[in-house]
Amino acid sequence: MTATILTVDDSASMRQMVSFTLKRAGYTVVEAADGVEALNYARTSTVDLVLTDVNMPNMDGISLVRELRQLQSYKFVPMLMLTTESGQDKKSLGKAAGATGWLVKPFNPEKLLATIEKVL
Amino acid sequence: MTIDLEMAEIINVFFQESEEGLDAMEAGLLSLEDGSDCETINTIFRAAHSIKGGAGTFGFGEISKFTHAVETLLDQMRNGAREVSADAVQVLLQAVDAMREMVALARGGTPGRTATADTVGERLTALLEEPANPASPRGRPPAETPTAAAAPSPTAPAPAAAPEPPAQKSAVAAVRPEPPAEPAAAGEQTHWRIRFLPHVSLFETCNDPLRMFTQLASLGELKAQAFTQAVPALSEIDPTQCHLSWTLDLYGAVTREALVEVFDWVDSNSSITYEQLDDSAPPVDAAPPAAELPVYPPSAGPCAAPAVGTADQFADVPSVPAPDAVPAGSPLVAPSEASQASAPLSASKANVEASSIRVGTEKVDALINLVGELVITQSMLGRFAEGVDAGRDLELLRRGLAHLARNTRELQESVLKIRMLPISFSFNRFPRLVRELSRRLDKKIELRLRGENTELDKIVLEKIGDPLVHLVRNSLDHGIEAPAARIAAGKSETGVLELNAYHQGGSIVIEVKDDGAGLDRTRILAKARERGLIAEDASLTDEQIYNLIFLPGFSTAESVSDVSGRGVGMDVVRRNITDLGGHVQISSERGQGSTIRIRLPLTLAILEGQMLRVGQETYVISLVSIIETVQPQPNHLHTVTGHAELFKHRDEYLPILRLHEIFGIEPDSRDIADGLLVVAESDGQRVAILVDELQAQQQVVIKSLDRNFKQVPGLAGATIHGDGTVALILDVPSLISTFSVRTTASVGRAA
Repeated sequence: MTATILTVDDSASMRQMVSFTLKRAGYTVVEAADGVEALNYARTSTVDLVLTDVNMPNMDGISLVRELRQLQSYKFVPMLMLTTESGQDKKSLGKAAGATGWLVKPFNPEKLLATIEKVL
Repeated sequence: MTIDLEMAEIINVFFQESEEGLDAMEAGLLSLEDGSDCETINTIFRAAHSIKGGAGTFGFGEISKFTHAVETLLDQMRNGAREVSADAVQVLLQAVDAMREMVALARGGTPGRTATADTVGERLTALLEEPANPASPRGRPPAETPTAAAAPSPTAPAPAAAPEPPAQKSAVAAVRPEPPAEPAAAGEQTHWRIRFLPHVSLFETCNDPLRMFTQLASLGELKAQAFTQAVPALSEIDPTQCHLSWTLDLYGAVTREALVEVFDWVDSNSSITYEQLDDSAPPVDAAPPAAELPVYPPSAGPCAAPAVGTADQFADVPSVPAPDAVPAGSPLVAPSEASQASAPLSASKANVEASSIRVGTEKVDALINLVGELVITQSMLGRFAEGVDAGRDLELLRRGLAHLARNTRELQESVLKIRMLPISFSFNRFPRLVRELSRRLDKKIELRLRGENTELDKIVLEKIGDPLVHLVRNSLDHGIEAPAARIAAGKSETGVLELNAYHQGGSIVIEVKDDGAGLDRTRILAKARERGLIAEDASLTDEQIYNLIFLPGFSTAESVSDVSGRGVGMDVVRRNITDLGGHVQISSERGQGSTIRIRLPLTLAILEGQMLRVGQETYVISLVSIIETVQPQPNHLHTVTGHAELFKHRDEYLPILRLHEIFGIEPDSRDIADGLLVVAESDGQRVAILVDELQAQQQVVIKSLDRNFKQVPGLAGATIHGDGTVALILDVPSLISTFSVRTTASVGRAA
């Protein structure tokens, strides 16, 4: 059974890039355009990993991670944030919300896959 | 699909997204001029941020690098470290232009930096180097954004997950025993001793120490020793908490950076020290001194969650306790507070981020075509049912067909709607345009946009953009007066330009209205006579005079300014509109202003048609071009020298077009008095078209003839009837221009 990854990004191009890379590596991918959409999906289905952008309308990545951690089925799902903010503040906020780690944008497909393999 | 094709598709999405982002930035920046609010700045910031991230990812380093400076400036604005000054907004608007250029270059396959980007880049740098001046109303300390962040550090293909400077790791620095300047040169064998005291909540973020150890083991030879003193009694143990700590010895050619990267995700709330030892150091044999071992109480208590700074000053996100600070099962307050706090952040303007789908136009066209076929089938069935004897079953069949008809119509409507876009896509460019032009012309102008959600066909929308820009430029340049002149005329100093769109009947009407000086009848007449466009003695109605400005080669501007007079005249505007099957009309009042009214079909795929019969042939004429249809009285028919036949309609003499002559067919009768005259108009010119009979009015699906036949003057296309026969659609503008000898000058003479 292949691992299912939920990728959340308001930018369709980033989402498609991530999704394309992951699918080629054999993962099953579910896409969501913002935190609200992702959370709605998560209420009914579980995944093996969540990859979320930080800066998004409606619900940002940090709030999403925080909300997801409250769901019983997502308590032990690794969650990675995709962020261009290399500053410590977003990372700390993300950590405090329950994020497993982060991947700093821009990244190439190899880096993305290597990072994912670390936690899956 | 190959990888390259698929990536190209994704990059294409990135370009579209960037263009939309730039539009949103521009709209946001313009609205900042009326006072700043954090929501708008956040929207602008987020757009810039996405473009930067995408550009970096897709390998457009120049865009990413340039946008970084833009983002930095916006970041300072949104966290209150810098005032939202008119100057900064101006530079940002120029930056949007520069980014637009670079996106266009990249789209064209030659990514690079443009001259605009260089100029604007310098201005941005200069602005960023100015001491940040906190916006006083917000009263935010500027500390959150150190000026170091403002330096345009290249972010493009920088190594992802770069290790942060050690200085930020205060927790580590406090216990770090060695001097900071000891990094082992690559390739040099070293012995690292790592003390890793994870926070009890380590597992709650799904970080597994085993993963880190595996990674370390891949770097060199690893020896690990675990300390279990803090582990509670078995009866009290909570498997979701981490009570272990480790001392790890790693032998190999390993740099500090590599170690830092391994622990990157956990270092903020765990204690980690890295110590470089002599190679002779003995293997780990003892527990670290007790003093170094913080002992976490089994019930986590107020955890040592990092003192989280308010990262987002605007949204005022409260410092949120780490999840483990909240006893399981107790009501969770923090998340809801946080989401409330971030609500204003996300409530961005609906028009910018309206949910939409992107559909290839060709797919939609295929769909529309299919539905057209469906309509034909349905109408064929309908005719069949009419022809058969009535009976019980037939009644059912009829009812079923009625359903089919309704469903088909609804399907058609909804499919047509896919192509419809709100006119705001076209209107959005005007705030910027009007702002820049009014500055350049030294005029005060207020732009009012109305009916921005009125939808029209995408193609119509795209093609109406340029004519609208031209009309708006004209209004600003020639219509609205300079402030002094306005005051002298007893008007308010600020001129009003209004763009309004609304539906009327089956068409959409777009108005460009100004409260300027209005058109000068006398000057237009003089100019038209001078250019020989009308006869010396012509007497024209006001409307006819105003319409003269649409004639090729007409320009009343006394000086050709760089704003309008660019050689593209109003004739081009009218031709563009006519090509879309629309009309343009001017009304004006001296001293009060002018209104230009454009009437366009809602869609180009369907026509509201009137069926006409000439002999055995059926033709379709667009309903909007028909003024009226009359049974001619012999005393209204005139023949002038030459062989032009004229019909006196009201006080106007209209040339008569005999369709049977134009298309070479046999009519019922050649006597005009036996037929009907359809008075049709295009571009302010009217003709009377002679036909044998008027038939039904019907929506017809337009089928292009161009692909299979050469362009035939007078015909716009064809449509298929329910019985499978073809009816040709008349093209009124080309009928008039090709077959009518009438010009404005001849009207003058005839009158």
